[in-house]
Amino acid sequence: MSERGMSAELEIAAGVVDLVRQTAGRAAEAEVVVTRSDLALTRFANSFIHQNVSETGVSVHLRLHVDGRTATGSGSRVDADGLAVLVERTRAAARLAPPDPAWPGLTAPTPVPSGPAADEATAFASPDERAERVRAFVEAVEGLEAAGYCRTAYRSGAFANSAGHTAVGRAAEAAMDGIARAGGADGVARLCADRLADLDGAALGARAAAKARAAAAPVELPPGHYEVVLEPAAVADLLQNLAWYGFNGKRYAERQSFAEPGTAQFDPSVTLVDDPLHASTLPFDLEGTPRRSLPLVEGGTTGAVAYDRRGGAEAGAGSTGHGMPGSATFGPIPHNIRLLAAGAGAGAAVAAGPVSAGVTGAVGDPDTAALVAGMRRGLLVSDFWYTRVLDPKQLVVTGLTRNGVWLVEDGVPTRAVRDFRFTESYPRALGSGLVLGLGRTAARQPGRVDGSWYEAPALRLSSWHFTGGASG
Amino acid sequence: MSEFDAATAAVQAALDAGARYADARVMHRRYESMSARNGDIEELSQDESIGLGVRALVGSGWGFHAVPDLSDAAARDAGRRAAAIATASARVPGPPIDLVPAEATVASWASDCAVDPLGVPLSDKGDLLVRATATMREHGADLAEGLYQIWDTSKWFVSSEGHRIDQRIRECGGGISATSIGDGETQRRSYPSYRGQYGTTGWELVTSLDLGAHAARIAEESRELLTAPLCPAGETDLILGGEQLALQIHESVGHAIELDRILGWEAAFAGTSWLDLARLGSLRYGSELMNVTIDPTIPGALGSFGFDDEGSPAVARDAVREGRWVGVLAGRDSAAVAGLDYGGSVRADGWARLPMVRMTNVGLEPGPHTLDEIIAATDDGVLMDINRSWSIDDKRLNFQFGCEVGWEVRNGRRGRMLRNPTYTGIGPVFWRSMDMLSSETVAWGTPNCGKGQPGQVGHTGHPAAPARFRGVRVGVRA
Repeated sequence: MSERGMSAELEIAAGVVDLVRQTAGRAAEAEVVVTRSDLALTRFANSFIHQNVSETGVSVHLRLHVDGRTATGSGSRVDADGLAVLVERTRAAARLAPPDPAWPGLTAPTPVPSGPAADEATAFASPDERAERVRAFVEAVEGLEAAGYCRTAYRSGAFANSAGHTAVGRAAEAAMDGIARAGGADGVARLCADRLADLDGAALGARAAAKARAAAAPVELPPGHYEVVLEPAAVADLLQNLAWYGFNGKRYAERQSFAEPGTAQFDPSVTLVDDPLHASTLPFDLEGTPRRSLPLVEGGTTGAVAYDRRGGAEAGAGSTGHGMPGSATFGPIPHNIRLLAAGAGAGAAVAAGPVSAGVTGAVGDPDTAALVAGMRRGLLVSDFWYTRVLDPKQLVVTGLTRNGVWLVEDGVPTRAVRDFRFTESYPRALGSGLVLGLGRTAARQPGRVDGSWYEAPALRLSSWHFTGGASG
Repeated sequence: MSEFDAATAAVQAALDAGARYADARVMHRRYESMSARNGDIEELSQDESIGLGVRALVGSGWGFHAVPDLSDAAARDAGRRAAAIATASARVPGPPIDLVPAEATVASWASDCAVDPLGVPLSDKGDLLVRATATMREHGADLAEGLYQIWDTSKWFVSSEGHRIDQRIRECGGGISATSIGDGETQRRSYPSYRGQYGTTGWELVTSLDLGAHAARIAEESRELLTAPLCPAGETDLILGGEQLALQIHESVGHAIELDRILGWEAAFAGTSWLDLARLGSLRYGSELMNVTIDPTIPGALGSFGFDDEGSPAVARDAVREGRWVGVLAGRDSAAVAGLDYGGSVRADGWARLPMVRMTNVGLEPGPHTLDEIIAATDDGVLMDINRSWSIDDKRLNFQFGCEVGWEVRNGRRGRMLRNPTYTGIGPVFWRSMDMLSSETVAWGTPNCGKGQPGQVGHTGHPAAPARFRGVRVGVRA
């Protein structure tokens, strides 16, 4: 069934390329991506399922370069009439588009890796299977309010261009993200995996509940610079903003990025890799370029930024496999970033620590416990929220803490703290000598759409600038 | 098979599968955008999407399924799957669900449109952006960007209660931005706002903006900002321009009065609200100058429609009257839970998304002053305008905004330009400090309001005019 599906998508893609040849001539250059998707998300709040959705979708994306001009079109119709309309509409747009002397050409035929296998059970999981995980989460919070989601996603895609390059692939992903709520204090647990079977609703619910109970009765602390331990959910926000504004090849070319390849801009313990094939994924980008691992930072030294074909050609670097919808406008953005955990060559490793010290439930794992144990006075932060960039060049970001903050004194969480607002330069906070420890175990955090994730261990930083509290 | 036939088949299949209520929306959307950069067209995108989404209520559980196929078989299968998903929801059941009564409506509605935006030649639209961005480059911008976007959406709605409504909503807008890049920072100026002004209107909106006439000015201002003094840090009187106040309304009023947030339905993601339903009608939200309406009937405003995506007709109502909180944005199910008798603010981002509570046009009624009068009445303050960054907590209380530009205000006069202006505060404290409000209202459009899981992008409108707030903390930085 699935292989047939892939060949059906390839047939459509190849058919569109043929249609372009027939109508626009053999000199026309065309690239086509056809993607079928089955996306489902079961959402719960106040401890019951209140929204429960699924979607079967198909999209056809066509980029056409003809007579030196380029246009892009997309649609959801795959019948003959729908495809003909798409081709004609895109041809008409190309005729009116201005000359495109920087057209980078098409991806030449090249091998595309198969990528990790898509889990069939996840791809076609039933609403009952998602609901069962929600039920387990809700039961595990033992009387607290629970809210969140369980989602599964499947995509089957094919690429074809008029240069003769083709590629096919399939990807499946599952994610669960939930909070437990205890009298105004929330605790969170979230995880992304290739297989729905690897998501344990009960374990995630228990973790969220323990954090929520530990976050009860928070005190307000004054703003200022604090040493911090950031849990993986908060670290994921760092990675996402670094990717959008720093490792984005278009922003780099426009001199709006902090990134300076070849320069030691981070602490030596920091190694960042965009690593799409680390998880189930379509193994090619929108331009048919094979996706591959891209070292962004190695041992603290910035290594590379991401490019699509156009940006890569302008930079003389070639595409890094980051062609995506909108990359011409917003730039190519790495979205499968791993902050390598300690023990993977990094120097700021810590041993496991006791999770039972201090406020019960504040520390959820031995990794975080070890980082907390080394802190004389600081804050343990679970999650960040609503982060926005004040200045892209220095990547100064404001945002808030969410889902639990604790004061740590002499290595022990001593009390829950009310949420803070912060204003901080992310690269500066990760600078040389400022990363005091990395956990040994990374957790994959789901992005807001399937196929986007950030994997990180907990992280201890010497300073974080909290600029406001709950009172303003 | 007509769009109405497909929607009817889906609803009937859901009922046959056990649903006690069902509705379906067929949506056909054409989208076009063009961006220009430094005098050249950067990207031209066109998308066309059509499909059907059906929602079923089985017992107290909702289910939704969407397909890109309007055949009878596909529509019926979608209805059955929506009912099956609703049945699965009962594995983790909630309280009984009712819907506030709605009159079965058969109607047709279309937004006003003088000049069909998709009918304007691409070359004309491209020339507009190319000329404006070239002018910005000539006047010193390192990065000159222009953008327009067009949506042309037709919808056919059918419910098991007898609704049969079709609508056509055309939306468009655009804008330009100039960025100057210094050694350690970038400065941006935009017109009329970053990524533009939008409305439920034809191309006449973009024409009226006269983008080219503002290109040189914003380029020069972006360069001037690189060497302007920093916005001072401290507490002062803050005057906000209308565009920034529109976003302030959006974030600290519009989202806060969404009933699904108040009921906790968005707790894990978008968040909740500081508002307590028990205080609806009595809570002091802001000063007596604060009159906020929920009004999807405003011609041309981006949040306008004839009927929402549950078939409720567009009706204007108060959200805040003379500073007192009196109304919410609601849907038929959330209103029933809250004991209210109105919905009317439920919309879906396309056929593949579940309708949910969204802002329509949430805006401030005009005040008695003008911006010039507000400046003249201010001894010591800062004027800020055009949003650059926005952040607010999950209860919609603690906010921090950055603007593209600030100006000193001293002894009743606008003074020198200030760079990196930011301000922060707590929603109700801030709104209670509003003591002057202009009558120079513009219905600003926000085409990028994110909410929901899976994510949805909403189009909202916000009538707003310049206003003054007393004793606000400004100049927050890293």
